[in-house]
Amino acid sequence: MRSDPAEFQLVAPGTLQGVVSLLAAEPGAWLPIAGGTDVMVQYAAGKLPAHRLVSIWNLPELRRVEVLPGEIHIGAGCTYTDLRNHAIVANEFSLLARAASWTGGIANQNRGTIGGNIVNASPAADSLPALLVYDAELILVSVRGERRVPYRDFHTGYKQTRLAADELIQSICLSRQFAGYVSYTRKAGARNAQAISKVCVAALGTIRPADGVIENVRIAAGSVAPVPIRLVETERLVMGRMVEPSVLALAQKTAAAEIKPIDDIRSTARYRATVAGNLVEEFLLTLGSGKPAI
Amino acid sequence: MTEPVANSDVRENGLSELSFTVNGERKTVLVFPMERLLDTLRQQLGLTGAKEGCGEGECGSCSILMDGALVNSCLVPVLQAKDANIVTIEGLAQGGKLNDLQEAFLQCGGAQCGICTPGMILATSHLLRKKPYPAMEEIREGLSGNLCRCTGYMQIFDAVAEAARRKGEITT
Repeated sequence: MRSDPAEFQLVAPGTLQGVVSLLAAEPGAWLPIAGGTDVMVQYAAGKLPAHRLVSIWNLPELRRVEVLPGEIHIGAGCTYTDLRNHAIVANEFSLLARAASWTGGIANQNRGTIGGNIVNASPAADSLPALLVYDAELILVSVRGERRVPYRDFHTGYKQTRLAADELIQSICLSRQFAGYVSYTRKAGARNAQAISKVCVAALGTIRPADGVIENVRIAAGSVAPVPIRLVETERLVMGRMVEPSVLALAQKTAAAEIKPIDDIRSTARYRATVAGNLVEEFLLTLGSGKPAI
Repeated sequence: MTEPVANSDVRENGLSELSFTVNGERKTVLVFPMERLLDTLRQQLGLTGAKEGCGEGECGSCSILMDGALVNSCLVPVLQAKDANIVTIEGLAQGGKLNDLQEAFLQCGGAQCGICTPGMILATSHLLRKKPYPAMEEIREGLSGNLCRCTGYMQIFDAVAEAARRKGEITT
């Protein structure tokens, strides 16, 4: 049943300081809302447990990209459109820009934020496999100060995170060390636009020119486990090997075995395991071909 | 305990007074801050051009422009529209005369039942402002969040191409 707006409170302090003060005053009482692309859907369906919300939409402190020599800090309030339009994100972190380009349609990209995608913690979130392969770190902020944590440890279970009740994600830090990598990402969904993924893979790698073996490899997948995951077994297996049929077959099998997909409304475990293996194979073929990216 | 932060203009019964610009006119409304902008537009301001299709940001029939950005008004709590510049389908025609986008949709058969049309036209407006000469792939992407169950989309894509051509004729 639809929610009654009279039963909800929404405030907009207008500054980051104002928001974290509010969160600190009553930890857990206030739900932050940015562009509303997830929260408002739950609200419309009458399924939003929180009844007191604090707007973090368009807070200037959260909506900027800071470019440093060794890394970039993406404000958690940047929208997918912001990410697509940012030259350094598009050039150096193309997996993230591409994921942003297929997250919802244009209207949702204008409102949905990268921080919201992380905190919402859906296993099917499109941008999260990219953050895993880039070894992103998060800066979390509260009145107690800031702390920097690796993104790979942030999700603790289905829709669970390490964010404390008084904290917000302030920014996402990406190290600028992937210029020479081959990048690959592909999403399998029911249609190209506006579809939540059945399986999504993001991967990076390099081949050592001297002998043609894989010298760096990072593979992550979404919609295949309770949280987005790195395919560490598959990575370990292909490291130092040539891209050849036996390695491809083994990688495909290992990837399908190390994920933990389920049957749900969008797909089946069997389909997901098969497609995840196929996408890993396609990545390795791309890597082996020396062509820049798919 | 005291309320740590509130909307400056919140009333005792939870209603807030806030203002924004709609189709060039300053409007002030008395609303619950979590009310959907779509409902404020339709029910308080009588602007029924934006439609409710899915109510969850999937269909685009409630699309409007907010500070120049295409958004689904069903997913915008009205408080977040405070001081914004909003354009709805009602804001496109000037002096009772359809604008080029609307004319192009009419000419190409881009509108049938009409539920998706306001959103399609605003998505087109948003697209052509960013890409005045869109390729077919860009047209498809620009309208990918707007669903139509009548036309099969081809007449709509033709209408967008025609609108771009008309705009090009004016500027060149």
